[in-house]
Amino acid sequence: MHELSVTEQLLAITLEHARKANAERVLAVHLVIGDLSSFVGESIQFYFNILSEGTKAEKASLSMTRIPARVRCKLCQHEFTPEGSNWLCPRCGGLIEEVISGREFYVESIEVE
Amino acid sequence: MRKVEVITQILNANDLTARENQVLLKSHRILAVNLMASPGAGKTSVILQTAKALSGRARLGVIEGDVASRIDADKVASADIPVIQINTGGECHLDALTVQKALNALPLDEMDILVIENVGNLICPVEFQLGEAIRVVVASLPEGDDKPYKYPGIFTAVNAVVLNKIDLAPYVDFKRDALREGVERLNPGAAIFEVSCRTGEGIGAWAAWLESQWKSNRPQTTDD
Repeated sequence: MHELSVTEQLLAITLEHARKANAERVLAVHLVIGDLSSFVGESIQFYFNILSEGTKAEKASLSMTRIPARVRCKLCQHEFTPEGSNWLCPRCGGLIEEVISGREFYVESIEVE
Repeated sequence: MRKVEVITQILNANDLTARENQVLLKSHRILAVNLMASPGAGKTSVILQTAKALSGRARLGVIEGDVASRIDADKVASADIPVIQINTGGECHLDALTVQKALNALPLDEMDILVIENVGNLICPVEFQLGEAIRVVVASLPEGDDKPYKYPGIFTAVNAVVLNKIDLAPYVDFKRDALREGVERLNPGAAIFEVSCRTGEGIGAWAAWLESQWKSNRPQTTDD
């Protein structure tokens, strides 16, 4: 249950950028979350609603873009999204070399007025 | 309505503090290990056995992370190992700032390897850098051999897996090959050590690996 402290950071980043943009109100916050990260969107939304009360970001909508896990095969360099427990390359059966994406967790943009 | 580009990592503040910790630890030539596991896998037992195995070769220091109590710190302290207990009071993981406070209270000049025992949890600790050089997960036979597939996040993020409680093999249905295969598929470079903290089996190989990590991570100096 680390979404509370994480949502505090998220709100701080949002309000700081709103202030820099001389905004009166934040209408929307766009997040990017990788499928390998453990952050739960619904939980972030829940805390965001509570924490943002009385701030410029009150009632702002949260949208989340999920980034699927992508890995690269060591043998044939094929890039693929592992499914379930099958992390072997679907093309050649090779082991993975590297996790390319799926750990993302950042604020992409905000919409203000 | 205007769109403002942000592109800011939400854990930026934590990651910056983790980098400070890293610099501090490096200046004291300490190898920091983030030791993670589910509750009851045997993290504290692994620490105690490791300290014993490395006695006279490398000096350990320990940060204990738990939601509550000093039980683990007391066990470590009674083995004459410098230790600081962090109680997170509900948080499911350690973060860089709490670790930084603990670092300030530890005798860093008297330590070679710092083991940071994270809160028992296979999910949350993965997201929070602490300033560690290496990450290790402890798995244990009673937990089952399917853990890598159920928690791919942690098993893809570690340098080594310590499989503890192998003395229980006759009593539990645990296929060691299945765990090995799972780890190899998710994280082919990870080292795997099968140990029993109860009998001491396998601890030597694990401790030797840890010692070699410490030696290879140390900045080169003329007096070595």
